[in-house]
Amino acid sequence: MLEVLTPLTMNNPDLTGAQKMSVEVRVPTILRTLTGGEKVVTANGDTLAAVVADLDGSYPGMGARLLDDSGLRRFVNIYVNDEDVRFLAGLQTQIADQDSITILPAVAGGC
Amino acid sequence: MAQIYYLQVLTIRADLLAAMVSHARADHPDEACGVIAGPSGSDRPERHIPMLNAARSPTFYEFDSGDLLALYRELDERDEVPVVIYHSHTATEAYPSRTDVALAGEPEAHYVLISTRETGPAEGPFEFRSFRIADGVVTEEPVVVEGDPTH
Repeated sequence: MLEVLTPLTMNNPDLTGAQKMSVEVRVPTILRTLTGGEKVVTANGDTLAAVVADLDGSYPGMGARLLDDSGLRRFVNIYVNDEDVRFLAGLQTQIADQDSITILPAVAGGC
Repeated sequence: MAQIYYLQVLTIRADLLAAMVSHARADHPDEACGVIAGPSGSDRPERHIPMLNAARSPTFYEFDSGDLLALYRELDERDEVPVVIYHSHTATEAYPSRTDVALAGEPEAHYVLISTRETGPAEGPFEFRSFRIADGVVTEEPVVVEGDPTH
């Protein structure tokens, strides 16, 4: 789509798309009950926290499955492109347009 | 909503069962863990993928987060799913612990537990049991072994 930036639109994030980072999010089986069975959904946000908030708006309950009071749940892994966000900036990780986000529950347990 | 109940069973090849038990013995006294992948929708475990226990612990297991992503990418590319997710208990029975139940994230997988508590790394008796774990509920299922168990 051709966008013409005029003085009126160029400082308006809604019109320039500056705040509209669109990303693909891969949803694990266990969360697909929330997405109507969809494996890949799209979301918007310029940080991971904003993407999670946007997901929770589209798929109510998603936020609580990913976050607890202290932030990202210990046994939920979220990757931006190929990197675990724990090795990036966690929920403050910056998201760029066309980034790919993957959510995977940890495979873990103990006796 | 109507509840649908159906009989569950794990059907597993003897060589795959033996591979999981060998892995459990090799890593004893730490917990061993891994996956048997199979074609999506088939419920047929076919490909053994031993994983590293990033926790390297006798009481806990966790797939390394990078390995986990690589595993799921590979499964997706091959149109496979983790039909079996297994781990060992090295001092307790082959039954899902409270932690195992709380953390179980694959409601469609067969969760296999192997206990090496009796003979540790050595050959000998072992426990091998399979469970479904969904919504906090553990359901044991029979295990049907196909092929020659000595092969």
